[in-house]
Amino acid sequence: MRTPKALVITGNGINTERESAHACRLAGMEAEIAHMALIFSGEVKLGDYNFLYFPGGFLDGDDLGSAKAGAVRFKYGKVLKEGSKARFEDELLGFVERGGLVLGVCNGFQLMVKMGLLPFTEGKLKQSVSLSHNDSGRFEDRWVYLTADPESPCVFTRGTGSLYFPVRHGEGKFIPASEETLSIIETQKLVPVRYTTPEGDVTGEYPWNPNGSVNGIAGLCDPTGRLFGLMPHPEAFVHRTQHPRWTREDLPEEGLGLILYKNAAEYIRQS
Amino acid sequence: MAKRVEVAVNPDLRDSRGEGCVREIEEFLHIPLDGVRTLDAFTLDFEVGEGELSALAKEVFSDPVVQVSSTSGKLGAELYPAFEWLLEVGYLPGVTDNEGRTAKEAVEMFLERSLPHQEKVYTSVQYLIKGNSLDRETVEKIASGLLANPLIQRWRILSRKEYDASGGVSPEVPRVTGVSQPVVNEIDLEVSDDELLEISRRGLLALTVGEMQAVRDFYREEQNQAKRAALGLPADRPTDVELECLAQTWSEHCKHKIFNATINYEDEGGEVEVITSIFKTYVQGATKKVREDLGEDDYCLSVFIDNAGVIAFDDDYSLCFKVETHNSPSALDPYGGALTGIVGVNRDPMGTGMGSQLIFNVDTFCFANPFHEEELPPRLLHPRRIYEGVVTGVEHGGNKSGIPTVNGTVYFDDRFLGKPLVFCGTAGLIPRTLNGGPGHNKRTKAGDLVVMAGGRIGKDGIHGATFSSEELHEGSPATAVQLGDPITQKRLYDFLLIARDRGLYSSITDNGAGGLSSSIGEMAEQTGGALLHLDRAPLKYPGLHPWEILVSESQERMSIAVPEDNIEEFMTLAEKMRVEAVVMGEFTDEGAFHLLYDGKTVGYLPLEFLHDGLPPMLLNAKWTPPVHEEPSFECPAELTDELKALLGRLNICSKESIVRRYDHEVQGGSVVKPFVGAQNDGPSDAAVNRPILDSFEGVVTANGISPRYSDIDAYWMTALVVDEAIRNAVAVGGTLDHLAGLDNFCWCDPVESEKTPDGRYKLAQLVRSSKALYEYTTAYGVPLVSGKDSMKNDYSIGGTKISIPPTLLFSVIGKVPDIRKSVTMDAKRVGDLIYILGKTYPELGGSEYWAAKGFTGNSVPKVDAGVNKKLYRALEAAIQGGLVASCHDCSDGGLGVAIAESVFSGDLGGLVDLSKAPMEGIARNDELLFSESAGRFVVTVSPKDKAAFEAALEGSPFALVGEVAEESSLVVDGMGGARIVEAEVGSLKDAWQTPLAAL
Repeated sequence: MRTPKALVITGNGINTERESAHACRLAGMEAEIAHMALIFSGEVKLGDYNFLYFPGGFLDGDDLGSAKAGAVRFKYGKVLKEGSKARFEDELLGFVERGGLVLGVCNGFQLMVKMGLLPFTEGKLKQSVSLSHNDSGRFEDRWVYLTADPESPCVFTRGTGSLYFPVRHGEGKFIPASEETLSIIETQKLVPVRYTTPEGDVTGEYPWNPNGSVNGIAGLCDPTGRLFGLMPHPEAFVHRTQHPRWTREDLPEEGLGLILYKNAAEYIRQS
Repeated sequence: MAKRVEVAVNPDLRDSRGEGCVREIEEFLHIPLDGVRTLDAFTLDFEVGEGELSALAKEVFSDPVVQVSSTSGKLGAELYPAFEWLLEVGYLPGVTDNEGRTAKEAVEMFLERSLPHQEKVYTSVQYLIKGNSLDRETVEKIASGLLANPLIQRWRILSRKEYDASGGVSPEVPRVTGVSQPVVNEIDLEVSDDELLEISRRGLLALTVGEMQAVRDFYREEQNQAKRAALGLPADRPTDVELECLAQTWSEHCKHKIFNATINYEDEGGEVEVITSIFKTYVQGATKKVREDLGEDDYCLSVFIDNAGVIAFDDDYSLCFKVETHNSPSALDPYGGALTGIVGVNRDPMGTGMGSQLIFNVDTFCFANPFHEEELPPRLLHPRRIYEGVVTGVEHGGNKSGIPTVNGTVYFDDRFLGKPLVFCGTAGLIPRTLNGGPGHNKRTKAGDLVVMAGGRIGKDGIHGATFSSEELHEGSPATAVQLGDPITQKRLYDFLLIARDRGLYSSITDNGAGGLSSSIGEMAEQTGGALLHLDRAPLKYPGLHPWEILVSESQERMSIAVPEDNIEEFMTLAEKMRVEAVVMGEFTDEGAFHLLYDGKTVGYLPLEFLHDGLPPMLLNAKWTPPVHEEPSFECPAELTDELKALLGRLNICSKESIVRRYDHEVQGGSVVKPFVGAQNDGPSDAAVNRPILDSFEGVVTANGISPRYSDIDAYWMTALVVDEAIRNAVAVGGTLDHLAGLDNFCWCDPVESEKTPDGRYKLAQLVRSSKALYEYTTAYGVPLVSGKDSMKNDYSIGGTKISIPPTLLFSVIGKVPDIRKSVTMDAKRVGDLIYILGKTYPELGGSEYWAAKGFTGNSVPKVDAGVNKKLYRALEAAIQGGLVASCHDCSDGGLGVAIAESVFSGDLGGLVDLSKAPMEGIARNDELLFSESAGRFVVTVSPKDKAAFEAALEGSPFALVGEVAEESSLVVDGMGGARIVEAEVGSLKDAWQTPLAAL
């Protein structure tokens, strides 16, 4: 049995690393926050972890588009390894091949999409979808209802049903490169979570679908289900007092977001 | 040869930026357009091959799924073949271009080579416009009137014909050129008083004749002359470096001359009192008194001496808080001003003690009506542009820094047309002990090195401190405007927290107003001197004079004292984390601020003179109570309509459209959010946050602001805002046991002069406000720990003068023992009992209700701190005992508004008999509904807790007035059995939500 060990990346505008690491720890993982400079300098090695976490924030201020400059940074960045320079890209692919889990939340999801790490249907880093400006034209912080697809291979959302998390973004509108891409994603059940109305119906309607995403798509996974990214913030709901209506509803102590991290921990222990 | 890349959204996708332009141009400029499409242009000012360029266009500058790119300069014509005019807006040379900076880093990553500092990427936005019979003049108007700000941006306009003839748009590089040789000038002060004043005016020094004379006299002293000659300085006159340094240090902004002045105050009875420093007497005096009263329970750790005030939090952490204003820059460039305001105030807690971890931001704005329709005086921006720019600036500054914006308000009054007020605040946590000493103390030692880290220095922000010490006038300098860079600052912040925890530095402070002259000048006080090599500062572009380097207010910089033993480790860490840091000198104990350039002394100012040489001001104040017309209208028959109208008043209506644009939950500690209730849209009274995620102890913050009461008496305005902030904090579960206050005064110029003939009255308002601040903070036992004043909030151009109403923002911060006991304002369950706490008096002077009717009146609400404190204590106990289902503060719009908000936020109705409410002297039902008496709450309680709740409140004014009803209507009976309100709750909520929803 493996011990779940999370590496939470920070630096250059990432800003939810603390609560993300907190969520991992609550779920029984060991979690370390590491500045990306330490990864590039070789002081922190992906190989020492089995869960790689790209948290939310504003990588490089989202200049050039959300996480775009960050994607260039990771895609073309070099890691010092045994005295010579290796491509971070290769380190990352190696991590994935070895069965590691990767989660990207909000800006981390945007990063994974723009690096081509999601939906990753061809098994190589190639961007095939994007997350663009919300139809409202604005950044917004509001809570959204989600429904998890029980048929999705995603290991994080196993056994969940309705979820409720905040979105906090200005660029979350899911757009596929083509109808064909969308069809592959849908057929392979790579959409673990979709925006719904409070009644639970998948919707394109604002504000329930906060950004105008096609087919209510709020997150994506790869065909193995080990790589997962989503716009809403599961780490922002791990305790009942984070819920916007905790003072008026009867809620369990643990927030719904914690299940995702517990699923990840459990998967790692079992694999 | 510069190269150009153009990028746009795919032609088959919506261009929401372009659509927004069409809307806004129509709305603001009344120019109807057929369409606008936009594209982003990147100008690359370095050598790059054709192959590399097209790879960059595809891989770095554009998103292959949703964007198209081109290197031809002709993307516009392909994208929008029908366009008729092209407008391209970029930055002026030297202005911060964040996206350009990021683009350059991405290019370096992609090309695997690093570029020299001066080889840059510049960004601009191209607007492709189509409209009926547009001419160049109209396009020019679109540029200057909406899409560009001439203070920071430049633009070019091409007709379609010109565009086609030149084969698209050629690269244009806004490089800083015409660089001058750095020089040091000497200034002869042996001139007439008029000439002294002229030197001050021309140099934007904002020094008075008396102050200029004090400077001159220093250079007359023989002892000083001898020392200067020995250093190779002009013996009998200052260098420009010295004069500028003195002007910054002695500016109203930095020295708070009015708050430290000696004032002769004459009250309405002719009684004269001499006040030696309002600051020492009433502000520091209040804190001293409260701390004495607290005795062993004193939780203040560091007050008034550092960048932020510090109080205790728990065994491991202390809590610090600072609120600043950024009014003048926001008037000229609302976006840049507000952005700089928020990232600027972030650096205050970052530079407090040994540096703190930032846990939340707060923002309060005062604007003129955004729907203003009359002609605007010259140089003023439309309040709607100010509103949009400020909100966007704070949105970008807060969100990109990863600091939640948890509390604040927006206040509207048309006198804020002349200068908007932009208050930004930040709280932080400092380790209680750090490397063997208290985290809230600095430990600079002589011999420590002076290090500057973060951004580079440019001409931006030069004279910010002196400029904000003046009214907005025709010559207000454009260099006072600058753009913040949240990401450079975030990197610096991430780096500094690591350096702090490793014990690599001994002291830290921020570079804000006055730049290095201020930060190093102040740090030097701890050791008794500093030596600074100005030529070692990294510059954004060459050609800055030594004095400019010293006083530039370029953003994102911290000054740090690093012991020599640690410097190597400090610099290595900085380099690894891509933070620029340079050693600029060292702290000494030689008693002076010693400035060098290229090894030559260019300034030498004894600290004693620099910090204490400023002659105190002598001012006069005379209080004559104003008398306003008393309202004469009858009590309206339909109070339901009056209530709806009040709910839609700008100062009462929902601000949700603004608040949703701020991330209020990042860091995961949000407990009481800005909007709560059944639909997440009811207005919270205060914020509760949990900064340490494995502890249930939390932080409460709240504010009070109400400038309109100053029209009657700034004394009561102040009493009311202090009471309101405390009341708001108590309403959500805060405790008077552990609460601290911050005062931010924004006044109109209170110094009597030709420009300000009513200075004595305005100063009397300030005196009265300060007296009330002392009275009420000491009565409530809430120590003041920090604050700021901004005293020149006037506009004066041509014959027009607009002065803001005297404004005090009172902010509180405190500890919540258990966040799980927090209470929100929304009514919870059908059948819960509705109580009114606190007594209602006929106090409608300065109320929203009378303002709606066109009256100010004179019956301003009074505050009885004794009665209120007892009530707040009782309510605190009831909340801690879990007896309170909901609690809502009652302020603007009175009981009517508070009850309506409580029930509609719960998606419930209410049956209320207000004739049962505690009251005295109330003769009319509109008074009962809309009076703004202090010290009141609307509380709902579960029937099972009735007896315990009433027992807890025993001895305070309160009454059971009704219950929460299932029906979706609110029914309120008043005196004489009259039914005074009967309304669908949904219609009340609509009235409240509509006014600003679309902004």
